[in-house]
Amino acid sequence: MGPLFTASDEWSFVIALVIGIAFGYLLESAGFSSSRKLAGVFYGYDFVVLQVFFSAAITAAVGLLFFEYFGWIDLSAIWVNRFYTGSAILGGAIMGFGFVIGGFCPGTSACASAIGKIDAMLFLGGFIIGVVIFDAFYPFYEKFYKSGNQGPIKIYESLGMNREVFLLLFVVFAIFAFVATAYIQQRVSQKSKKY
Amino acid sequence: MPDKLSDIYINKIKYIKMEEVKLQKPPKKYMNPYLAGVLLGIVILLSFYFTREGLGASGAFKRGVAKVEQIVIPSHVESEKSAFKHYVKDGKDPLKNRLVYMIVGVFIGGFLSGAINRRLKLKLEHSPKISSRKRAIAAVIGGALFGIGSAFGRGCTSGAGLNALSVLATSGFVVVGMIFGTGYVIAWFFRKLWI
Repeated sequence: MGPLFTASDEWSFVIALVIGIAFGYLLESAGFSSSRKLAGVFYGYDFVVLQVFFSAAITAAVGLLFFEYFGWIDLSAIWVNRFYTGSAILGGAIMGFGFVIGGFCPGTSACASAIGKIDAMLFLGGFIIGVVIFDAFYPFYEKFYKSGNQGPIKIYESLGMNREVFLLLFVVFAIFAFVATAYIQQRVSQKSKKY
Repeated sequence: MPDKLSDIYINKIKYIKMEEVKLQKPPKKYMNPYLAGVLLGIVILLSFYFTREGLGASGAFKRGVAKVEQIVIPSHVESEKSAFKHYVKDGKDPLKNRLVYMIVGVFIGGFLSGAINRRLKLKLEHSPKISSRKRAIAAVIGGALFGIGSAFGRGCTSGAGLNALSVLATSGFVVVGMIFGTGYVIAWFFRKLWI
């Protein structure tokens, strides 16, 4: 039964490399190597970010549930992100600014750099500067950074819902978003924003 | 009449350029976003199955910064003042981590897809309405903001976003909601960068 290795197992490094290759290949193939295509999600001319993002999330979430039903994976053994309320909210908001201004996120800028996008390389350079700045002034916000720790809490626990019911709603919401954005994209591109 | 002569040359250059364009095959179309999304979801699922953990991009760059700091300013990074002290604790090598292998994979995978789909090209991509310089500055600033934001958020769109949504972590829904929510709120103010 999975997970087969722990994250610090040397086999995990080899597998991570292979997973990374697939990840980078798929990002580039879907068009995530173009900042103008990525930024489209904020202006309604291209929703590829949302389409790929949510179809990947629901596939993985539903898949994990089935893996558990079949007895292939022990879900209590997999790593779940810790929720630090204030830090997560602030971090998400700053990343929102970074995305709209910079047109990439770290993963997409890595794969865009690999095909020669200079704006992606500059974004990565800026990203490293940002990380250094965070580290340089860390004592000023260390307390805030570590506050509000709710541990590896799941969304259905936060909402007081049944896991399967939540997942069903999530899938329905994603499908609704796919249909709605397809409609918006058609309307916006009729007004012509070819790039 | 020097004007006439220059016209002849310009036409000749144009002709040569058109011939070049004809010789180069155009880039292939992007993959269907839903297909890419489902495949990416399967990749995430396999990552959890094999290694207990999912995707991540920003972690590798943070570890890269920690590695440089370990060499250049070890007194800082090993002190209580650094955000990355746990990466270098007891003389550990911050790069000995699966996320580092994963980002190397992302570069390889992105390059492979670019090569196969004829999209390898050194290029600074920007909206025709702004200069390359302006795009370059925006990319660096956006990158820096993303660096700070993903430090607070304990991960970026991949690790704290997509990955956390897959395991239904509350933090993932909050971070993704904040990234895109903030993005939509501020998009109008930065529209000149993109449309």
